[in-house]
Order: sequence, then C-alpha cells, then structure tokens
Amino acid sequence: MSLPRVHEISIGGIIAEPGSSRRNLTGGWRSLKPVLHDDRCIRCRICWLYCPEGTIKEIKGEFVVKGKKYQYKYEIDYDYCKGCGICAHECPVKAIEMVPEA
Amino acid sequence: MIEIRFHGRGGQGMVTASQVLATAAIMEGKYAQAFPEFGPERRGAPVKAYLRIADQPIYKREPVITPDVVVVADQSLFLSENPLEGLRPNGVLVVNGAYKAPVKTYYVDATSLALKVLGKAIVNTAMIGAVVKATGIVKLETALEALAKYFSGRIYELNAQLIKIAFDQTKEL
Amino acid sequence: MTVALEARAKAKQTLALTSNYAAAYAAKAADVDVIAVYPITPQTTIVEKISEFVDEGELRAQLIHVESEHSAMSAVVGAAAAGARTFTATSSQGLELMHEVLHIASGLRLPIVMAVPARALSAPISIHGDYSDVMNTRDTGWITLIAASAQEVYDSIIQAYRIAESVLLPVMVAYDGFLMSHTTEAVELNDEEEVRKWLPRRLDRPNLLTPEKPITMGAFAMPDYYYEIKYQVQEALLGSLDKVVEADREYGKAFGRSYGIVQSYRLEDADYIVVAYGGASWGNAREAVDEARRRGIKAGALRLRVWRPYPAEEVAKALAGVKAFAVVDRAIAFGAPAGGPVYIDTVTALRMRGIDTPGLSVIHGIGQRSMFVEDFVKVFEMLKDGERNKTVYMGLKL
Repeated sequence: MSLPRVHEISIGGIIAEPGSSRRNLTGGWRSLKPVLHDDRCIRCRICWLYCPEGTIKEIKGEFVVKGKKYQYKYEIDYDYCKGCGICAHECPVKAIEMVPEA
Repeated sequence: MIEIRFHGRGGQGMVTASQVLATAAIMEGKYAQAFPEFGPERRGAPVKAYLRIADQPIYKREPVITPDVVVVADQSLFLSENPLEGLRPNGVLVVNGAYKAPVKTYYVDATSLALKVLGKAIVNTAMIGAVVKATGIVKLETALEALAKYFSGRIYELNAQLIKIAFDQTKEL
Repeated sequence: MTVALEARAKAKQTLALTSNYAAAYAAKAADVDVIAVYPITPQTTIVEKISEFVDEGELRAQLIHVESEHSAMSAVVGAAAAGARTFTATSSQGLELMHEVLHIASGLRLPIVMAVPARALSAPISIHGDYSDVMNTRDTGWITLIAASAQEVYDSIIQAYRIAESVLLPVMVAYDGFLMSHTTEAVELNDEEEVRKWLPRRLDRPNLLTPEKPITMGAFAMPDYYYEIKYQVQEALLGSLDKVVEADREYGKAFGRSYGIVQSYRLEDADYIVVAYGGASWGNAREAVDEARRRGIKAGALRLRVWRPYPAEEVAKALAGVKAFAVVDRAIAFGAPAGGPVYIDTVTALRMRGIDTPGLSVIHGIGQRSMFVEDFVKVFEMLKDGERNKTVYMGLKL
C-alpha cells in the first residue's frame, strides 16, 4: 500500500473522512476468540457495555431460549474484535468462552 | 523634546500625573511617552515616573537621566535621594511646598490644598496644576480634559477644581 | 502649534494608550468571538480592558476566565477549531505553562492570535521585562512578530488576524513588558467598521469543526504520517513571510501605516550595524546611531519585526559587506555557542548564504536592567575597536 505524500495529507493531521477506521479490520489481531453461548446468556448487556471496541452487537427480534422469550440477542463482530477477553471476564454467568483462534 | 522626571511616594499618584500630562500633550497633537520606574507598587516607597513630550516621534526609551523639569511630590525624598540629579542647566524644579534648592524653583502647598479639596493627601492632581503653571507644556484646559479620561463624576470634579486652584497658587520661589 | 500638529489633534481617534490597552483595542477592532485568559503581570491590564469592553457591550464576545494559562490556550484551541475568532494574552511563567499547548495550536493549524508583553522568567522571581519567555517559544511553530511601539502593537494585532487566517498558523505579537506594556503613548485607532471589513470572517478551511461536515482533529499519527504533518507546519511557517509582507502592505493601503518585516535606520553607508528587537532596544539603538555618527562612526541599525519565521534574506542583504554587526539580545540562550538567541540565528542566516560578516553577541536588559542610549553607542565603539566573535554581557556588574 502506498502512503500519501506530504501534500496529499490534510493539514493539521485532521481526518476528514468519517468512519475511515472501519477499513482497519482489527479482528486479525486476535489469538483468543470469544464464543458467546446464547443458551447461557441472561441478556444483562454487560458485555455490550464493557467491550472497548464496540464489537458486541445487539440484535433486536423475538428469541426463545430454553422456553424463555427474549427481545434481544448478542453477537460478536469478529471483523473488529481484538480478542482482549474483557467480555468473557465480565460476564456474570460465564456465557462467553475464550477459545484459541483456529 | 522636553523631559520630566516625577519623584513621589507610592500612593501619591505620580504615575497617574505623568499619564494625564502625556494624554493632554497627545490631545494637543504632540507626541508623548509616560512610564513609571516599575516595581511592585508599594504604598510609601519612593516612585519615579518619566514623561517626554515632543513635536516629533519619540524613539528614545531610556529612563530620563537629564530632565528639563523635576517634580517632587514629597520633600522628604530630598533626604533619601537626590531628585535634582542630572537636571539640565536652566532646568526647573516643581515642588510640593517651599523648598530652597540651587535651581529655578516653583512651588505650591499641594498637601494642604489636597486635604482641603479632597480631604486626602493625594497630591498628584495639585502637582499637575503646578507643572502646567511652571512649564506651560500643555494648556490648563487640555490638562482638565485629559483628567476626564482617568476620573469621572465627583472624583473628577474635585480633582479638576484642585488642578485649577494649584495652578493659580503656584509661585516661583 | 504647527498645522501638522493641529491636524493630528483633530484626528479624534488618536488616544493616549499603553501598549497593553492598544492590544485590547486591537482585539476589539478585530471583533473577536472568544477570549480566554488568566491574569499575570505585566499582561493583566490587557484583559482588564477587554473585560470592560465586554461588560459595557462594546465587544460581543465570550470572555472565559480559566484556571491557568494551560487552560487559556486549550480553550482558545477548542474555540478556534470550532471557527471562532480567538484572542488570548500572557507573559513569562504563563507562557511557559502554555508551552505544550502552543505546539498543539500550530500542529492543528489554528489561526489563534496572542499578545505577549515579554517578561523575565523565574527563579529568582522577576516581574520585569526581558525576552526569555518569547525566545523559549522559538520552536513552537508560531508566527512571531515583535512590535516596537504601542501603535505598532495595535496595527500588528489586526494584521495578525489576516496572517493567521490565511496561513492557518497561530500568531504571537510580542513587545517589551513594562517598557511598552505600561508606557502611555499616542495611538491612532482605525474606524472599527473599516477594520471589520478588512478582516472578513473566513471559515473556508478544512480544519473546522462543524456538524455539517464531521472531521477528527488531534488524532494519533504513526511514524509513517507524523513527519509529513510536521513538515507541513515548517513549510507553512517559512512560506508565511510573504503573507506577513502582504498583510502589512494591504494594511498600509487601507489604514496608512505599515512597517515591513525588518526596519532599517541609516544603513546606506554604514560600516557597523546593530540588530535589535522590541521597543526599548530599537528606540535606543536608533538614537545611538545618530550619536555614534556624531562621534565619527558610520553606524546603522536594523530591527527585526518578525522573529518567526526569521527574515533571513532581508537580514543577510543588510549585513552583507559591512565591517561588523552586533545583535542586542534581551534573553540568554543558556549553554549555547553564543549568548544571544537572535544572534545565533543571525549568524546562521549569514553562513547559510556564504556571508562571513563578523558579529558580536550583546546581552542586555535582562530582568529589565536599565538600558541607556549610551550603552548602544558603546556597542558601536566596540565594533569599531575590533571586538568580534564573542558574547558581551552588557550592564552586568562584573
């Protein structure tokens, strides 16, 4: 990848294109991967709150798990999850498990 | 160019006196420069202020060392320093109260006048009247107009009155 | 009174002002939007005056009373990023406390204008004037003008907005603490409507925070980007000299006063030249030229009105071919190969052009040690007597 030359960079080091960090897929940094076991999840939202990268996605819908009805479920965006393990550490019911990257 | 050095004590208003006269000179279309011998202003400590007035732009920015006029607001300063130092031949002393000096001297009893008019021994405006009378560097009316840039209301009225009285009472010794 | 004097008296906008008040009037004329300040001697009377203007409704602006100079500069950085026309002022330790934010202001390319009545640095504590504080900002990427009269302070601050808003770099207008900041002089004020016409609001810059076009400012830069962004500052700063000249010329056309980037006095046939900056040094050097000439020395004086970027071409042109020059510095470059910071730059400017005029570094006016015209005459005499290539600590009790 060729980097911009001195006069191709905006002055003041500003980033004029919003959301340009989306192009940087940080998922490749992982060595351990969080796996969310939906059957154990109590929908407390703690993982969603704690994830420093915002990679826990809250999906709206009708979900029935072990006879219980939920309006949400959570998924991990592996394109950006760096595998830090904070979600697994914070989960009060051990619904997230860190497993080695395949 | 005329160079004036003011000697007073902190609180007597010599810095303001130099500024009012500079302002008056500028109002008459002249060039002027007024600045104090700077320090943390302390009430009672000896203070010097400098004033230059000229028809041409003034570039020199050194302390006034060879004044044409020396103004002394407090005679006790003659005990601790020599206010007449560097005074040019034919130079003039303007002093608060009759003081015998070996130079041409104008005096006014500024302290008594200030006490009478202001009720306070702040002598700067009385000394302005005396300087204007002794030197004619600016017109009395302009000095009063310049005073209005620094004081307003009753304070202005009293000080303007004091300038006029001091102007009238200033005499050559 | 002569006719010319009467005409001056009639120009009702000529006021008796200190340089600090002149700075406040200039900020008002420029119609600034945000002022963030913290009081420090000898700067304080600038913001006292500005707060009067704001209080009396003469200036519609946000005056932010911050808790330190670090915050003052940070606040104007934020306001400038959002498109406000900003002003601040400080001196001495205040400028030191601002230091890290000075780099941020230039790195983000923000058109901030700041007045600096220059003052000595602690320890020991001194409230008096010298240029130690200003010289310490040398490598911050700010355009730095040094004025020599209250009139020039007023004019330079107005020009500074033109410069800052076209170059997109912050501008500092420095001048002698006390010897100018507290000296009452005649200052001719411009019609404020005319100034505002001359300084139209410019928001046509990429580094502007606005909800319509979101951007990120102050982002992290890795080694593969950082260098280029800082090089842009260098290029803009070096290129700003033309903009300084242009602003000064345009200002002259509009308001009748201009200064150039260097000022010279009796250089035509001069053998010896004293280079100076700031009001006291320049005024006294100028007087000393006349006195030295009366004593048979072909003397001349040169004033730097712009310190950053250094006006190398102009200085080299003036000093090439003369017998010797001296630079009178009111700051000490501790431990440097010569004592005076501006002397060091001056020698470099000459050597970079293959000019070998010998020089003398003179330090004076430190912590406002009194400087007399006679001292500057003495500098000319030293040059004539062959004093070269050393540092002279003038006025020092050896």
